[in-house]
Amino acid sequence: METLELTQEEQFQARIDADMRIEPKDWMPDAYRKTLIRQISQHAHSELVGMLPEGNWITRAPSLKRKSILLSKVQDEAGHGLYLYSAAETLGASRDQMLADLHSGKAKYSSIFNYPTLSWADMGTVGWLVDGAAILNQVPLCRTSYGPYARAMVRVCKEESFHQRQGFEIMQTLCEGAPEQKAMAQEALNRWWWPTLMMFGPKDADSPNTEQSMKWRIKRFTNDELRQKFVDMMVPQAEFLGLTVPDPNLKWNEAKNGYDFGEVDWEEFWNVVKGNGMCNKDRLGARVKAHEEGAWVREAALAHAAKRKQRAEQEAVQQVA
Amino acid sequence: MQVTPSETVSLAKYTPEVRQQLFRYVLQLADTSLILGHRLSEWCGHGPILEQDLAMANIALDLLGETRSLYQYAAELEGQGRTEDDLAFLRLATEYQNPLLVEQPNGDFADTVVRQFLFDNFHYHFLQQLQTSPDERLAAIAEKAWKEAAYHLKWSSEWMIRLGDGTEESRQRVEKALANLWRYSGELTTPTATEQALQSLNLIPDYAALLPAMQAHVAKVFEEATLPVPAETYMQKGGKAGRHTEHLGYILAELQYMQRTYPGLKW
Ligand SMILES: [Fe+2]
Ligand SMILES: [Fe+2]
Ligand SMILES: [Fe+2]
Repeated sequence: METLELTQEEQFQARIDADMRIEPKDWMPDAYRKTLIRQISQHAHSELVGMLPEGNWITRAPSLKRKSILLSKVQDEAGHGLYLYSAAETLGASRDQMLADLHSGKAKYSSIFNYPTLSWADMGTVGWLVDGAAILNQVPLCRTSYGPYARAMVRVCKEESFHQRQGFEIMQTLCEGAPEQKAMAQEALNRWWWPTLMMFGPKDADSPNTEQSMKWRIKRFTNDELRQKFVDMMVPQAEFLGLTVPDPNLKWNEAKNGYDFGEVDWEEFWNVVKGNGMCNKDRLGARVKAHEEGAWVREAALAHAAKRKQRAEQEAVQQVA
Repeated sequence: MQVTPSETVSLAKYTPEVRQQLFRYVLQLADTSLILGHRLSEWCGHGPILEQDLAMANIALDLLGETRSLYQYAAELEGQGRTEDDLAFLRLATEYQNPLLVEQPNGDFADTVVRQFLFDNFHYHFLQQLQTSPDERLAAIAEKAWKEAAYHLKWSSEWMIRLGDGTEESRQRVEKALANLWRYSGELTTPTATEQALQSLNLIPDYAALLPAMQAHVAKVFEEATLPVPAETYMQKGGKAGRHTEHLGYILAELQYMQRTYPGLKW
């Protein structure tokens, strides 16, 4: 028994090391399954909650074109939520249970969505920086070891890069516009810069799950590696826009061929994770409200489907008789 | 000018009077899609089921697409250099001509479904006929929008049936929504003076001719939904003439916020 179990585990790891995909019917260690369910459902919840900060500006978008781009972006995020919930379901998780965990606070979602969207420039900054950070986190997941997750991420990443370009374009329009538009863009960057750096998670030294996840190829880069990549990618873009990154310690380091940058406010980071961000209560509250107020709709749909099925069966019986 | 349906005309050939009437009318259609799309977009992120969040955003996006084509055409008809955004964002409440139905609040999901069903039933049958308008721009806009409206009507009809023939609670909610919203349905097919003028030129469909198909669809859906068709009632109207319910002002406060705060900027 013992040897057989070990063999399975060894075979499993060998497949991963050979960059082969694990599929739903394949044997997998319990911890791998649990880690994936946690990660995928957390990602799905982030898509769902992530609709709220941008949804906040749909009715106030400044032009019909921007309104339609924003609405279809937020709709894409709902689509991402659907693919990801489906991917988690292939591991045996149910959508109802995942949602219950979100609503009870047991499951987490990305902390970035606990920050408020206060001006139209936030629609630019969120697309540019938040979708940008999401892409860096997620592109490696297109090659992650679990097949359904990797395939969902391929679709998601395509749309996220589209979102990022649209966000950048909003910023560019603001920065090339009137002084008050440029000021709006700078003010938004000032608020979002540090929270987006937090999107890559705690420092590697404080990230206990990283090593195991790297071994399983659920993760392919460490948090600090991705954060560095992000800074190196975004600083030139901010310069192109004529915006100032709000970090006095930001400096090009020739030796490491990357930027040195200041320390993230980890106290703020852990506070938002613990529920003390400005919008934690509002975001979760909005999701719980939508779910509770939708209960009668879901019940009606089920009751109607059951009635239809019953009628179809009765008709079939009558036809035979 | 009398136009028979076999010829097509483009805006260059209209008399100034017809052109003005058509401008007014195209604005009315644009306002209608804009305001209903605005209402539906308020659901985004708050729907009862993720799949329905997507469906409502989809309908809102279709309506917004139709809105833009209509405002663009209206701007050309007016010929004063105003843009789609000037027309959508920078008019007074009394200048918006959407029927009262589409500005009614989302309420619960049943209110939204009933509002949508009443509108879609008109919109679908109306666009079907508008495709044969001799005005080639309106015909082209209608052709695209009609395909989308077919999907909208399917969505709202199916939900009418699910809610009517679902649980006791869903039935009560849909009946309550009907009791409130039915009175706004008559305005959709009651022509204003502008509409009558354009109907007599055969540029837009005769609404009376749409009624049999609309009523037949209501009868079919209500039967499946096990709902009684509401009795004849006093019909509210005024939106198409710029006299609105109190709700429109709040919609415009949000809709126009950026354009009013930062006049003349590009976004
Ligand atoms: Fe994402
Ligand atoms: Fe997404
Ligand atoms: Fe996105």
